[in-house]
Amino acid sequence: MNAALAIDKKPGLPISGAESAFDRAVGLERPVDASQLDTTHGVILYLEGITVSFDGFKAINNLNLAIDKGELRSIIGPNGAGKTTMMDVITGKTRPSAGTAFFGQTIDLTKLNEAQIAHTGIGRKFQKPTVFEELSVFENLELAMKTDKGIWSSLFFKLSGEARSKIEQKLELIRLKDQAHRPAGLLSHGQKQWLEIGMLLMQEPLLLLLDEPAAGMTDEETERSGELFLELAGDYTLVVVEHDMDFIKQISARNGKVTCLHEGSVLAEGSLEQVQNDERVIEVYLGR
Amino acid sequence: MTFMRPTFLALLTLVVCVVSPASFAKPAPELVLQLATGDNDAKVAALYAIAGSADPEALPILEALRDDTLKSLGGKQAIIYDGETAIDAVTGAKLAKVPDELEDVVSNNRVTNALEGALAALDLISPDKALRLAAVKKLQDSANPAILPLLDKALAVETDPQTITLLRLTQAAAQLQHPDKATRLAAIETLGASGEPNAKQLLAALLEKDGANYKEADESVRVAAQQGINSINSHLKLGETLGGLFTGLSLGSILLLAALGLAITYGLMGVINMAHGELIMIGAYAAYAVQNVIRAHAPGLFEYYPLIAIPVAFMVSALVGVLMERLVIRFLYGRPLETLLATWGISLMLIQAVRSLFGAQNVMVENPAWLSGGIQVMGNLILPYNRLAIIAFAVLVVLGMGLILTRTRLGLFVRAVTQNRQMASCVGVATPRVDTVAFALGSGIAGLAGCALSQVGNVGPDLGQGYIIDSFMVVVLGGVGQLAGTVYAALGLGVLNKLLEGFAGAVLAKIAVLVFIIIFIQKRPQGLFAVKGRFVEQ
Amino acid sequence: MEKTLTSRLFGPKAWAALAAFSAVTLILVPILNLLVPEGSALHLSTYWVTLIGKIMCYAIVALAMDLVWGYTGILSLGHGIFFALGGYGMGMYLMRAIGREGNYQSDLPDFMVFLNWKELPWYWQGTEHFLWAMLLVVVVPGLLAFIFGYFAFRSRIKGVYFSIITQAMTYAAMLLFFRNETGFGGNNGFTDFKRILGFHITAPETRIVLFGLTATALIGFLLLGRYIVSSKLGRVLAAIRDAESRVMFSGYNPLPYKLFIWTVSAVICAIAGALYVPQVGIINPGEMSPANSIEIAIWTAVGGRGTLIGPLIGAGLINGVKSYFTVAFPEYWLYFLGLIFILVTLWLPRGVVGQIQTYFSKQEKRA
Repeated sequence: MNAALAIDKKPGLPISGAESAFDRAVGLERPVDASQLDTTHGVILYLEGITVSFDGFKAINNLNLAIDKGELRSIIGPNGAGKTTMMDVITGKTRPSAGTAFFGQTIDLTKLNEAQIAHTGIGRKFQKPTVFEELSVFENLELAMKTDKGIWSSLFFKLSGEARSKIEQKLELIRLKDQAHRPAGLLSHGQKQWLEIGMLLMQEPLLLLLDEPAAGMTDEETERSGELFLELAGDYTLVVVEHDMDFIKQISARNGKVTCLHEGSVLAEGSLEQVQNDERVIEVYLGR
Repeated sequence: MTFMRPTFLALLTLVVCVVSPASFAKPAPELVLQLATGDNDAKVAALYAIAGSADPEALPILEALRDDTLKSLGGKQAIIYDGETAIDAVTGAKLAKVPDELEDVVSNNRVTNALEGALAALDLISPDKALRLAAVKKLQDSANPAILPLLDKALAVETDPQTITLLRLTQAAAQLQHPDKATRLAAIETLGASGEPNAKQLLAALLEKDGANYKEADESVRVAAQQGINSINSHLKLGETLGGLFTGLSLGSILLLAALGLAITYGLMGVINMAHGELIMIGAYAAYAVQNVIRAHAPGLFEYYPLIAIPVAFMVSALVGVLMERLVIRFLYGRPLETLLATWGISLMLIQAVRSLFGAQNVMVENPAWLSGGIQVMGNLILPYNRLAIIAFAVLVVLGMGLILTRTRLGLFVRAVTQNRQMASCVGVATPRVDTVAFALGSGIAGLAGCALSQVGNVGPDLGQGYIIDSFMVVVLGGVGQLAGTVYAALGLGVLNKLLEGFAGAVLAKIAVLVFIIIFIQKRPQGLFAVKGRFVEQ
Repeated sequence: MEKTLTSRLFGPKAWAALAAFSAVTLILVPILNLLVPEGSALHLSTYWVTLIGKIMCYAIVALAMDLVWGYTGILSLGHGIFFALGGYGMGMYLMRAIGREGNYQSDLPDFMVFLNWKELPWYWQGTEHFLWAMLLVVVVPGLLAFIFGYFAFRSRIKGVYFSIITQAMTYAAMLLFFRNETGFGGNNGFTDFKRILGFHITAPETRIVLFGLTATALIGFLLLGRYIVSSKLGRVLAAIRDAESRVMFSGYNPLPYKLFIWTVSAVICAIAGALYVPQVGIINPGEMSPANSIEIAIWTAVGGRGTLIGPLIGAGLINGVKSYFTVAFPEYWLYFLGLIFILVTLWLPRGVVGQIQTYFSKQEKRA
């Protein structure tokens, strides 16, 4: 099973141009952008031997996972299986105590901070929707938009017509056009979920990590997000963590792979049917 | 301790000339007569002689001279007249009738000084143990071959071990100039083993040059003296290190007491109580009030007033804490920055209230006798009783708090509420009540800290202000929610602070410690002992 | 389109208010003070000019506090140190400007002669030049804020932790400045100033110029603040306040943003300190006491944090009341101040201005 992971990793991060110690010190590192992403092997994310332990408790234990470019991968697993921690590792929030995490062939995620990882093209939606409550929906999308995110360009930023139309396009997609200038804090739970997905798309990421995106949505909204995800797959790579099995069924309909995590490791992987019929999975979910 | 009156030195040198070792007898009549009737020079000479003889029977006469009851009768007879009876000072016989023409003995300053010296020398053989000890301490600094007979005599009858040790040391010091080399070497060894700073000076004197020659001519003796000095130095160094550790431990225990209450209110409950210092201050004032009440109404209990003040301080501070929690803080749970500001406001009001009640000046809180003084462990290491008591008290409070938190139902509830408020509430814990009680407990412990502080430092309205930052530093450094961390952090900070003070002085040490904490938190934002896991980051 | 931050801040009403304020402080006050004769009912005494000037300095400080606390969610309890450092920079220039007219007729400031200093320590070299001193006023607090902020924000110290650490910082600095051997005049600090740039510091004309400069600085910083909070940078700061992790996962590194606003705020504070000292005539380490720094927070809270005008009103209200109270009933001032802290946090969390805004927006909805 590890044969697929035996790839030639080039050490370090290819960063061209000079980057002074001062720049690094004040967090003005040259952003690592998506152009450095190398997916020539068809794999966009490699996790190999990842272990995260909190005071001896292993939230993730020797986790191996490879996600192909353009894939829509569903991750399931009981509570405490390590799904959120895995996302924390990928997005730089938590450093693994062992193992490697590579974005494409070359970008070592364990050496970058959250903002840098976001720049390389990984977007993340939290379990609990997090939007900027005091800003308007429009401003939320504006902040998320892919652009130079340094302070000076923010200070002198002017919204171009092109950017405005991009935002309006996304507003339509997430059906919040009539709410554009309301503070995001006033939206319903489901609307916040949508706004967060919209913000993710504004970032134009290559890999989207979605932690329970359908939670708090109506059935109709859930179905529509399933459709959206299927539409996005191919151009984007999506990793979806969900408990809602109907939703998983919907999004894994087109040859989507499902991975079941348990106690911090991969328990089973394959089509939904294969995973659902796996004896160990049944045991984990239903007990002995 | 090392100071000495020059006249006393002079006396001891003079003794050499006047006294021969054989003259232990009743004070010679001519000496007594001289005291009463002679001129000042004669009196001084007589006093020197009496001191050298170390005759206890001379004591009443010397005391009579001191008390101005020694009179001269016609310049021929010495009479002790205490206002009722007259006694012949030489014979001790009572006179049948008080003569009319008694003259006062007039002493000048020189005589008075000589008299004091003689009295001290006689104290060495006094039946009173404390007097003997005081006398030998006085003599210790002026050891001199002349007093050797005196010391021999005293050693022969002395039973108190501490006095014997001091006498031996004084004897050794006096023997440093003994003509016999073996005696000198033995004396050096005794002094070297003593570890006393004074002995070091005596030995160092042997190595000094008097013109071209060493004061001590024999080289082997000088080598021994140097060895003795080295041994004393290492002893002193040990004393200093232990002393530094002790003061550090003492400061640490004070910090610990100050921070323990905060470890509950901030560490467990997450309430930023900026009035914590004022709760400490109120505890100290409670101790002050108890002291005053007891002094006024039950002076017999004064010795025990700190013990009475402990529960009072706890109750008063806890009560103030309950009022704070009920009236203000409970409306602000989950809003730490607002809590910070509101409790700061409370602290301002409490300071002003105490100023209005007790005045803006510091108040006097006295130690009872059993908390004053200290144990002398080594020459340069004294452990004051009040500091020892605070260390013990801190240990007790930590143990008590640990027991309450781990062994009682209240502790269980507090831990449950702090870990998961909703869940605790679901299983039927009355969370608001638990909050109030826990806050009262933290506040009460602050009161205990104040009660303890009143025994070692100034008590004033601003007392608490000095502790609030330190307390927060301790809790933050120890790791929020960690009792053990608080203990280690308080003791560690205390010792670190005192060690740095040795190098850099108090203020710079304080600044260095603050900088250290800031840097430490860079490296370990979760503190020394942190709960790791997914609940930590919110 | 509903009202956004930008339209509210740059609306015609706001401009009119600003123009009125400029007219009063830069034209009316000088006329009433200098041209209206002393006996007249309209005459504004120099006492009032100084008092209002002082309060305007506080208002600038409150504005600086609002930028970090109100708009970015970082509560500093150590802004007193930046204010004091700015004040000390200006104060040293003023000490040097006394020249040989001090009590000891020495080139060294009096306190140094008194404390047996033989020469000026290296860090005070060049302070006889006004421009160099002004450079110190800006650079030293700015640098301190930058370095401190860098370390604190890099380790993601936030919330109450950050507040407590800033308080410890200003406390440590206060201890340091209290020392006689550190060259800051110990307890007494710097005082007995005589001249500024050759003008008598107590002359009414000098006072009015200082007053005008303070008012200009206040207006300038208000406009600067307005520009910052209504720029995209301001929205990123608000985003950091609301959901910092989302900001990071959106590709922003919060560190330079926080560091920027923190340093800007510190420098504004320092300039306020530099304007304060010549008007009040003294600077001492008491300005760095933790109590002072916390008071700054309450000015901002009373007026309304997260609004630009709120902190100015808050600083004016509290200090106006304070200067009345401390004369009329000194023993009740702390009760009053303490009560303000409690009442504002309990019942007026958005401050006076925030409350009024809420009221009006409700009215509008009803209409």
